[in-house]
Amino acid sequence: MAEPWEEDEGPVKKFMFVNRKAPYGTIYALESLEVVLISAAFDQDVSLVFVDDGVYQLKKGQTTDGIGMKNFSPTYRALEGYDIEKLYVSKESLEERGLSEDDLLVDVQVMSKSEIADLMDDQDVVLSF
Amino acid sequence: MKFGILVTEGPYQHQASDSALQFCRAALEKGHEVMRVFFYNDGVNNSTRYTTPPQDDRNIVNSWSELAEKHGIDLVVCVAAAQRRGIVDEGEAQRNGKDGNNIAEGFRISGLGQLVEAGIQCDRIVTFGD
Repeated sequence: MAEPWEEDEGPVKKFMFVNRKAPYGTIYALESLEVVLISAAFDQDVSLVFVDDGVYQLKKGQTTDGIGMKNFSPTYRALEGYDIEKLYVSKESLEERGLSEDDLLVDVQVMSKSEIADLMDDQDVVLSF
Repeated sequence: MKFGILVTEGPYQHQASDSALQFCRAALEKGHEVMRVFFYNDGVNNSTRYTTPPQDDRNIVNSWSELAEKHGIDLVVCVAAAQRRGIVDEGEAQRNGKDGNNIAEGFRISGLGQLVEAGIQCDRIVTFGD
């Protein structure tokens, strides 16, 4: 039998988080990740997009000792445990920066800008950081 | 329509706060509902009552407080983002051993869940930021 708090599932909306900035230099990437983690608790349909310098957020081998910041990139690996598995990365943004899927620390779907635009069109809530 | 507003940049530094205020006023004037304004990233700086702009400039913080009072709008400041940037209410000041608080009238400090909840409950989330 379902527990009382499991019965009322409420509305499920499509939330997309668009990550556009490099992981360090500004706080946007870190604070975006904080919203993503909270959203997982609401049982919504969550996806993440990485475009522009945002693709650097997923780059393997980040070392932050020299800049005195916490390396939060391992958290992206933990997203799967929160049932957040839809990670989309812009093909053009990777290519412009000389990166490929092999350079990334998590499994992602690489998509063209127009495919990402179509996905975005399909969302209820788009939050861009 | 029921709107949720997200403000992610600080006042004066960036036009996002002004635009968000103007959007709220325009939406309310047209008979729409603004369920909540959520302040995140440097947007939390919209909520300190110590803001003292020159007399011939607009007071953005007071404008938010007035809007909240007049229309009963829920102004919510993200607690984690606020703590990083030195925005505290009485409760947070006590919990963190601070010697005072600086939250302006009409604002409350709460969690990021309030943003996600607004996303679920509102017809649209409109972001003002960079």
